Amino acid sequence: MNTQRAAWWFLAPALLVLGVFFLLPVVAALGLSLTDYDLYALADIRHLRFVALNNYWDLLHQPKFWSALGHTLYFVTVGVPLSIMVSLGAALLLNSPLVRYKTLFRTALFAPVVTTVVAVAVVWRYIFNTKYGLLNYALGLAGIHPVDWLGNPHWAMPSIIVFAVWKNFGYNMIIFLAGLQAIPRDLYEAARIDGASVLQQFRHITLPMLGPTLLMVGILTVSGYFQLFAEPYVMTEGGPLQSTTSVLYLMYNEGFKWWNFGTASAVAFLLFVIMFAVTALMLRVGRRGEPA
Amino acid sequence: MSPRFARAIIYGLLIGGTLVAVFPLLWMFSVSFMHPGEASNLPPPLWPAHASWHNYEVLFLRAGVGRYLFNSLAISAAITALSLAFNVMAGYAFAKLRFAGRERLFQVLLGMLVIPAQVAMLPLFLMLKYLGMVNSYGAVIVPAMATAFGIFLVRQYARGIPDELLEAARIDGAGEWRIFGQIVLPLLKPIMVTLAIFTFLTAWNDFMWPLIALTGQEHYTLPLGLASLSREHAQDSELMMAGSVVTVIPVLALFLAMQRYYIEGLLLGSVKG
Repeated sequence: MNTQRAAWWFLAPALLVLGVFFLLPVVAALGLSLTDYDLYALADIRHLRFVALNNYWDLLHQPKFWSALGHTLYFVTVGVPLSIMVSLGAALLLNSPLVRYKTLFRTALFAPVVTTVVAVAVVWRYIFNTKYGLLNYALGLAGIHPVDWLGNPHWAMPSIIVFAVWKNFGYNMIIFLAGLQAIPRDLYEAARIDGASVLQQFRHITLPMLGPTLLMVGILTVSGYFQLFAEPYVMTEGGPLQSTTSVLYLMYNEGFKWWNFGTASAVAFLLFVIMFAVTALMLRVGRRGEPA
Repeated sequence: MSPRFARAIIYGLLIGGTLVAVFPLLWMFSVSFMHPGEASNLPPPLWPAHASWHNYEVLFLRAGVGRYLFNSLAISAAITALSLAFNVMAGYAFAKLRFAGRERLFQVLLGMLVIPAQVAMLPLFLMLKYLGMVNSYGAVIVPAMATAFGIFLVRQYARGIPDELLEAARIDGAGEWRIFGQIVLPLLKPIMVTLAIFTFLTAWNDFMWPLIALTGQEHYTLPLGLASLSREHAQDSELMMAGSVVTVIPVLALFLAMQRYYIEGLLLGSVKG
């Protein structure tokens, strides 16, 4: 009895904060998305009208939503596999018994993860600079003409993907490294005795043993990459020609630039539903691949 | 493939990858000590001809970066202290104290991990606006005072505390707060260090919510100040690099000093239990 009461006291501060400043706003966002809350309602709440699913209906008929979703899906479908391949590659290299100074390499490869997105985005903006950027200079040495990386609608998103992979791959690398170290050595020993090549060992031992880790990393990375915002905000301001405006960027513009809180909430909920559907699908497909 | 050849390839890839990972950071340091305009030369210089603190002087004396630095430190420290206290208390309760509805409440908590924080941002902004809290430190600190992730992390760790230890203390007549303070907290120290580093780094690097909640420059954190400076001074690459250095150095130093705890926490947090 005494313990029971104490438990609630221990829980109270955290539950209060999460309830009032997270759960309540999430529920309110659903309500807000069914209204036309805008600048007029902000000034005087009597202007608020209930519009049912109109915001959603309108959004699904507007090219700006579909293009923002398209850019986000581009970022996710190219960025996530690339990022996971780089992370896995780095982890495999670090896990090799031939390598010494592992801690040093690990620290250096991980360093970009702890840096501030805004700060390193500023740095990369100069690396991508058309005229004085190091990237074009290096490509110039190989005889490639300068590319306007962040100013060309075709190249802006790939540039942001390269930046995001550089910034994030270290995180999953650490998780993969732990996964690789958990694979028993004698499996590889046995495979070698049977004459399996390095590639065959990777295909038939490493990948299956890493399956659950891969699934978890994939889901976490997909949800992270769906939340693209700071990178285009700093590097391209959503341009050129809106080519890097993500769904969250659209939500930010609708909400905090145009004060269309109803529409912005609908954008937020659509993103949530899409993320939920994609990760649930991944979980389902991934689980099916696993041995029961 | 001979072992020596394999080793050469592995080291080659590893050193190449490390260079790519670290080069932008090293280059940022180097350019921050160059004179205005020096980086806009061809070929792009790797080292400053004459290193100077000029850019840092401009940042702190004229661009008000000292203020942003103070704001960042104050906000991140407050969030770390408060959320550590609240998350540890709640995490311990979920792990070790029996109460009606525990499992169901924990399911709700896990469900919250799935909801992206941005969904809450619009109503949260309106709420803080009606409370008169927009553009204050509180607007950033208060919503971050507890996190589902932090509670989850502490709970996973606290489950390892043997029940006999707590029962023995109860039989000896110790109250629940005394048990928490004298037995539980010392045992939770490692996870508290880990969570503190995690929270501080997240708070320091956070961008979207501070951008929404802090509308006046006097309350800007470093990322906000840097983003706004970079829109005004897009051409002053040397100045912007110095701003990036000021923003990145504290978290990079914290990580290098506490790396072991950070990486442990990362692995603990990613293993769903």
